[in-house]
Amino acid sequence: MQDIHPMPDKSTALSLYQGMVTIREFEERARREGDAGKPVGGIHSSVGQEAVAVGICRYLRKDDYVLGNHRSHHHCLAKGVDMKEMMAELMGKATGTNKGKGGTMHIADKNVGMLGANGVIGSNVPVAAGAALSAKLRGTDQVAVVFFGDGGANQGALHETLNLAAIWNLGVIFVCENNRYAESTPVEYSLAGGSVANRASAYGIVGETVDGQDVLDVSAAMERAVDRARAGDGPSIIEAKTYRYYGHHGADDPLRYRTRDEEEFYRNRDCIATFKARIIEEELGTGEELQEIDASILESLDEAVKFADESPWPDPQELVADVYVTY
Amino acid sequence: MTTTESKATERSRISFVQSINEAITQEMERDPTVIVMGEDVAGAPGKKDQGFEDAWGGVFKLTKGLIGKFGPQRVLDTPISEAGFIGAGVGAAATGLRPIVELMFVGFYGVCADQITNNAAKMHYMFGGKVTLPLTIITNTGTGAGAAAQHSETLYSIFTHFPGLKCVVPSDAYTAKGLMTAAIRDDDPVIIFLHKLLLGRTRAGLRPSEEYAVPEEPYIVPIGKANVVREGEDLTMIGIGYTTGLCLQAAEALQQQGVNAEVIDLLSLSPMDEETILESVKKTRRAVIVDEDYPRCSVASDISALIAEQAFDYLDAPPKRVTPPHSPVPYSIMLERLFAPTKEKVIQAASEVLEA
Repeated sequence: MQDIHPMPDKSTALSLYQGMVTIREFEERARREGDAGKPVGGIHSSVGQEAVAVGICRYLRKDDYVLGNHRSHHHCLAKGVDMKEMMAELMGKATGTNKGKGGTMHIADKNVGMLGANGVIGSNVPVAAGAALSAKLRGTDQVAVVFFGDGGANQGALHETLNLAAIWNLGVIFVCENNRYAESTPVEYSLAGGSVANRASAYGIVGETVDGQDVLDVSAAMERAVDRARAGDGPSIIEAKTYRYYGHHGADDPLRYRTRDEEEFYRNRDCIATFKARIIEEELGTGEELQEIDASILESLDEAVKFADESPWPDPQELVADVYVTY
Repeated sequence: MTTTESKATERSRISFVQSINEAITQEMERDPTVIVMGEDVAGAPGKKDQGFEDAWGGVFKLTKGLIGKFGPQRVLDTPISEAGFIGAGVGAAATGLRPIVELMFVGFYGVCADQITNNAAKMHYMFGGKVTLPLTIITNTGTGAGAAAQHSETLYSIFTHFPGLKCVVPSDAYTAKGLMTAAIRDDDPVIIFLHKLLLGRTRAGLRPSEEYAVPEEPYIVPIGKANVVREGEDLTMIGIGYTTGLCLQAAEALQQQGVNAEVIDLLSLSPMDEETILESVKKTRRAVIVDEDYPRCSVASDISALIAEQAFDYLDAPPKRVTPPHSPVPYSIMLERLFAPTKEKVIQAASEVLEA
């Protein structure tokens, strides 16, 4: 973790800002649409964790792979999944990324390298190693990134995969979004040793801890990890210390297990607010420019919601379509 | 004897294991995206410089010789991490490879069930058909080796239960090669169950002849199609893998009593060839189903329900299942024999159905 990273050039800074605001506004809009009675399933909101997804995806190519978990809207958006198709998927419409058959926890779009979110904790970690193995055997330098939380850090599949990726020298980047709670269970209780990144040493790979509220700190570590992966120097762990502002899911009141003071501490370090302040302070953009970006995102979201609203339901035949390629 | 005849006779001595091995070899030659992963699939990994290579070739030698032909890039010995490497098989299948992974014994599914049932089975559907998973899982099943409760299970029903998985069970060296080839070429995840008592067997048994030759060139036994391996009019016996042989032996014995039994070799549990089963039962009006899996919620129960629901009016007797009792597999050979279906139990069941 570095205290202060120099700001990137204007266009990069604005693009990172736009990426984070897009995620936040998407999540807030999806939540409101659900609250208003739209057919949106229980969302695990990523609000508060935007900098992790955007920082990690900054150095990824379209053909690199990202695998997510139950809380993955930010991963999808940062990897370039279409916002309209995502909104349609959340509402279970035929035009959704997954034709309405995956929903919030399973958004996938192979065309942009999003190999899928996954509702089972730790489940996608071995799959990421397989994508990296495939890239290696096909002779490409594609990397595979898998996101998991502090909860996923304690799944056996992760440990099997860290070992496998290390002995096979695979280009996998294991990104732990440590938001301090697995549902209601705090890391102070569940995480032996207190660090996910430190577990890397047991597998002889590089592990770094970054400030997940600082998009530049996340992306700096990611740049190093991607370089290692592309150069054939094997896997890495990046542990991003972050915080989810809302409960585990929409119906969870987090004040049942954490204090208002704690929430306030993290909200005061908000990844978007601090980055925005630096953009203005260092004159990389004016308040008006940033407002224009915000307005354009809100406009895109209006279009996405309209698209989802007006999209048809899946054809009843879809119920049993695509169970198999052939049967 | 001409050269061709002797070659054909020689090919009737190909064992079940050799058949599987040949299918994998031929598909790896044909398609560079086919890879193999599993525990000791080659053996002694990394010790070539000490003169060790291909130490095992798989616990049942199903993959013997592959590393010499295709190298360690395509024949990957894994640590004992079934969730890790079967999950990696899923990821590799989703991104352009055609992996074959070995789950050494089906009873080990518990440590990697999530990868098979949550990822392999569901990704194609859950992602709107936009990702395909051409993954083959080889697993070994069955009693007969005194291997006790965790190394002798059958467990067809667990995997057949899941939409998105295909399940096939070869019954001899011919169907082994054909189903293995079909599984590798299939674009869906396929589990191929190999009974350990069949592995060393040749198709011809003690009577090698060209009639039983396993073709050398690649061929496919279609997934989802059952075979009527013996025609008869008096009752239908349905076998799955190893139990097909028991049905054939029972049918021979029943012939002595003037009973002419039809035997179906099911071969494929999912998709299941309901048409062949129903057509046969409507003709014979009696059915015995022989399955080595546990009886509750089993493939045998499923077939029994199918017959009861769709051929009830044709039946002269209720369908009968020959299965183990609702118990784990015992160790003692004496108890294990009591557990598993046998020729005698099949004959007994057939007699009861015929007398009903």
